[in-house]
Amino acid sequence: MAEKYISRSSAIAARMLGGEMMVMSAVDSTFFTLNEVASAIWQAADGRTPLSEIVAAKICQEFDVDRERAQRGADRFVDELSQHGILLVSGQPVEETDSSLSPESR
Amino acid sequence: MTTALATTEKGTVPGEIGGTPIAVRSHGLSFRRPNWLSVVIAIGGVPVRVNTTDQDFLEMLRSRYAGFVSAESHAEFDFDVDLAPPAFSDPDADVSVTRRSGRWCMERGDFRAEWEPAARRGTIHQTANPYSIDAVLRIVHTLVLAKQGGFLLHASSAIRNGKAFLFSGVSGAGKTTISRLAPPDATLLTDEISYVRREGNRYMAYGTPFAGELARAGENQRAPITALFLLEKGLQNGIQPIGATEAIQRLLRNILFFAHDPELVKLVFQSACEFAGSVPIHRLVFVPDQRVWDIIR
Repeated sequence: MAEKYISRSSAIAARMLGGEMMVMSAVDSTFFTLNEVASAIWQAADGRTPLSEIVAAKICQEFDVDRERAQRGADRFVDELSQHGILLVSGQPVEETDSSLSPESR
Repeated sequence: MTTALATTEKGTVPGEIGGTPIAVRSHGLSFRRPNWLSVVIAIGGVPVRVNTTDQDFLEMLRSRYAGFVSAESHAEFDFDVDLAPPAFSDPDADVSVTRRSGRWCMERGDFRAEWEPAARRGTIHQTANPYSIDAVLRIVHTLVLAKQGGFLLHASSAIRNGKAFLFSGVSGAGKTTISRLAPPDATLLTDEISYVRREGNRYMAYGTPFAGELARAGENQRAPITALFLLEKGLQNGIQPIGATEAIQRLLRNILFFAHDPELVKLVFQSACEFAGSVPIHRLVFVPDQRVWDIIR
C-alpha cells in the first residue's frame, strides 16, 4: 500500500484542552474531539513524516497496541478527517501550509 | 467521536442568483430620500439607526423595540429600509449570509440586506413586517459580537442579586419554562436569545428584545455573567458538573451562527473556548417547579 503523508488544513480552528484536542472545520463547522491517540497523530501530522512512521513512533511505542491494529485505526481516522478537509493526505511529502495554526503554537 | 454542529446557518450561499451578482440588485438604495424618519435601536449597548420613509413602519419599530429605543441620536450603524410590496416574501426560504469585499450580504425569502461595516451603513429591502428586520438585527449583532469575542446564544437569561445567569438549550429544553418560574426579584433579560459580550476580563449579559414563547421583550439591563446552565428536564433538581470539551461543544451548538465564512468560524470557536475558560458551565437538571431557583446562585 502506498505511503501517506498527512498535514493539518489551515481552514480549521483547534485547541488542546484537558488532554483532548478539539478541532473545528472552518469550512463546514464540523466539530471533532480527538482522544489521546488521535491527538498524537494530529500533532505529528507535519506533512513530512509518513503515516506508518507516525504509527510506529507515536502510537505503538506509547500505547498498548500492535502495529497492524494501530495502522488500521490510524487509516480510518485519517480517512474520516480528510473527508471533512481537516487533514490533508498526500502521496508525497508536503510542506505545512500554515504553521501558525499548529496546536503547539497556540 | 464526531459531531456535526447544529448551527442556525443553513446551506451554502449562491454566488450569484440568475447569473446576476447580488451587489447589482440593490434597487437604488444608495440614493437617500428627503423625508427619512429614524429610530435608534440600542441592543447590547450598540446603537443602530433604522431609517424609513414609512410612518406606520416607524411606529411599529418604536413599539416593538420600545425598551431598546435610544433617546440619543448617536448610532454605530445606519440601515435604510426600503419597503417592498407585500408580494415580496418567502418566509420558508433559508437565510444566507456572505461577505464580499468588506460588505455583508444577508438574504432570506422575505428580505435582502447589505451592510458595509467600514462605511457604517446598510440597506434592507423587505415588506412592512417586524420579522425581517428582527432577523437582520440578529445577524448584524452576531457579526459585531464575533469581532469582540462575544456571541448571541440560544438561551434565556436573567439577573438576580446583580448576577446574570444563562440557561441554554435547544427548543423544548426549558428556556421559556425556567423564565416563567423565575422569582419576582429576578429581572428577565430574554427567554430566547441571550446577548453575551466580553468587556475586559469578564462577560456581560445584556437584555434583548428577541423573544421566544413568552412573546415579550427582555429588560434592557446588563450584569456580569456568573454561570451558564445547560438545561435538561429531569425528575429532581440538581446541578451536575460537565467536562470542558463537552461544555464547549454544547456551547458551540447553541451559538447563533449565520455566515458560512471561515474567518468567522474561527472567531466563534475561539470565543466559545475563551468563554468556557472564564465562566462556569454546568448541567442543570430540573423539574418544572419554582424551587429550581433555590439552587441557582
